[in-house]
Amino acid sequence: MTASKLGLSSERIARCRSLASEVAAGVRRETEKYTTVATERTVLRLLGVDGVDADEVPLPNRAVESLAAAGKLPRGAAVWMGSALAQGSGTVADAAARLSDRAGAAALAEHPRWRDALLPHVERGLERIRGNRSDRERRMASHPPDALPLLYAIVATGNIHEDLVQAQAAARAGAQCIAVIRSTAQSLLDHVPYGATTSGFGGTYATQENFRLMRAALDSIEEELGRYVRLVNYCSGLCMPEIAAMGAFERLDMMLNDALYGIIFRDINPLRTLIDQNFSRRINAAAGVVINTGEDNYLTTADAVEQAPAVLASQFINERLAKDAGLEDWQIGLGHAFEIDPELEDGLLHEIAQAEAAREIFPDAPLKYMPPTKHMTGNVFRGYQQNALFALTSVATGQSIHLLGMLTEALHTPFLHDRWLAITQADTIRRNARHLADELRFAPDGRIVRRARAVLADAEAILERVASGGLFAALSQGVFADTRRAIDGGRGYEGVVGRGAAYANPFMEAFTHAPASAGARA
Amino acid sequence: MKRTVRPYGDKKNDGAVQVSFTLPVAKSALATEAAKRYVSQMGIRDPYVTLAEPIAPDFTFFVVYGRATHEVDLSAISAEEAPAGALTRDEIDAEIARRFGRRLIVLGCALESDAHTVGLDAIFNMKGFAGDYGLERYHGFDARNLGAQVPVAEVARRIREAAADAVLVSATVTQNEIHVRHLTDLVDMLEAERLRDKVVLVAGGARVDHALAKELGYDAGFGPGTTASVVAAFLLEEISRRQGVA
Repeated sequence: MTASKLGLSSERIARCRSLASEVAAGVRRETEKYTTVATERTVLRLLGVDGVDADEVPLPNRAVESLAAAGKLPRGAAVWMGSALAQGSGTVADAAARLSDRAGAAALAEHPRWRDALLPHVERGLERIRGNRSDRERRMASHPPDALPLLYAIVATGNIHEDLVQAQAAARAGAQCIAVIRSTAQSLLDHVPYGATTSGFGGTYATQENFRLMRAALDSIEEELGRYVRLVNYCSGLCMPEIAAMGAFERLDMMLNDALYGIIFRDINPLRTLIDQNFSRRINAAAGVVINTGEDNYLTTADAVEQAPAVLASQFINERLAKDAGLEDWQIGLGHAFEIDPELEDGLLHEIAQAEAAREIFPDAPLKYMPPTKHMTGNVFRGYQQNALFALTSVATGQSIHLLGMLTEALHTPFLHDRWLAITQADTIRRNARHLADELRFAPDGRIVRRARAVLADAEAILERVASGGLFAALSQGVFADTRRAIDGGRGYEGVVGRGAAYANPFMEAFTHAPASAGARA
Repeated sequence: MKRTVRPYGDKKNDGAVQVSFTLPVAKSALATEAAKRYVSQMGIRDPYVTLAEPIAPDFTFFVVYGRATHEVDLSAISAEEAPAGALTRDEIDAEIARRFGRRLIVLGCALESDAHTVGLDAIFNMKGFAGDYGLERYHGFDARNLGAQVPVAEVARRIREAAADAVLVSATVTQNEIHVRHLTDLVDMLEAERLRDKVVLVAGGARVDHALAKELGYDAGFGPGTTASVVAAFLLEEISRRQGVA
């Protein structure tokens, strides 16, 4: 990285990181006493348990429900899968069927050699994740480097087959990342739907089969395009780690993965989702997935100028939580957004200050920059102009992942040509202003520099406050996005389970003790 | 007396319009001809295709200019203006105190599958929107933002429990006009529960307007750009009218 253009104090940045470490340690102390139903379902999925029963209930849910009913969950689902395998179940499916039966689960005794029986299945799951990671690395290495920022487009028809058409169209037009928006209510479902789906509201259900279909569609045009198209989905909500496992199995490349988002905007229980987040991030780390965090959302509900320090404070915390889960800098796509009121005098200068500050404070993170949404009015011409300023700021401050702004934001899900207009706009600006960042310097004591310094100082103050009482207390006080969330409130709290003294999760052990080798950047 | 209008481009009654759309046809002379014919059938003369861009292998994006031939007689139609408030926050608070001697209870939510809260938050949050403070900042309102994805049955329950004076429903457009269905479902539910007459019901959202809201059985509808003070002034007057307070 070149010298700081903003002259931010490296001592102050280091102090923020140190405070974030205190916050993360506090979260760890609180969460490591528990597991969750989603985490245990994820263990089953990683072992190869899949499918639904006659009532469309996923088998991992069935098995975890009966283990919970039998009081066996505090030991960890893996122990019981291993025990079933050691006691006659010939396959993972047989073992899962045994656990899914309430009486079967209740009657199952722990077998002393459960680990030995389970080991080949653990290894098979890990091997599938490693294989996908090296496949991605091989594919990426076979093409020229990508132009940055990566252009990120969203498809959201509700029908996976229609999504495939739109995703290929967007990729051919120049999109480098394709995100399939989930059906609006999915984050609150405590199970993952199954199979290819054709009806969703405002998006398409994240299912393993939908992941597989979209991956195949993007791979099928890789050679034609001469580049690898990244696939993105949402590893958030009540099934956060399960979706991480599904993504790792189907070679997704990026995952939105942020507990704070679910806590604040979906009223998901903080304890539940922070526990789930840790396991999901472990999986993403091993899979070579780039995570995206959701700080941009603070700016959509509250004032973007006032919230800037909270965004930065949250980024420091998210960075630390991510690193503690084994993610490396190149995998931590911290989020922020271009959401300042365009009527505000010097609003663009504030945007540049905040974006440049994020770049300088997190030099190796693939920053995810989100487009204007709050101040999009239905005047599509003004919207297109706002998006141009956004794209220019993105290039000028060296952002990494650029979520394309749609001129029809807030009006309807994007038309095919809305997306095309967005891609060509951002691509043109990226080319036309290619080396602008190298040329730009800011007036040493000017508005941009002063603004960036003030945001950093205020972020430090917020971190001090959060560190003094802990993250859970800060959430209950409404420090982020003016929203208060209690540690024992919100959705999914009933799925938090105290760990027994001998709790075991062989995947967590593998991810923790054998961190993934450094690989090519995704 | 008839007062007819047509679009105005650079002179009166020239009917100048611009249309943009995509045809699911590969770019070709045939596709362009199809675009012209299509626009002609919309009643637009002299279609002039200024852009025919292949945006995907089998899709072409068109921008077409032309002259609309039809006209509308303003004297033969009518439309209701959305209610607008001229009172400040302090004046509204003072009026509520004077007329009611209590805080008015206002619930806000987005319904069912609708997870969007931007519009709702703009009206409710302390900070408000465009420099206009949200309902939570008013002394006169006990503003309770229930958030997104609230089932209609839950809304009915909360109205009953809170003895709410008004409910604001934010509807964000998703696919298949589902926002309209949810808005209607709530009216049906409140009628079935005999609650409809007890509350002032207001809809808001990017594609909501006063006419649509009235049609769906709401007391008012507010479109994009609406600030909290406008909604607050409407609530004051409408709740006063309903409850016979002046």
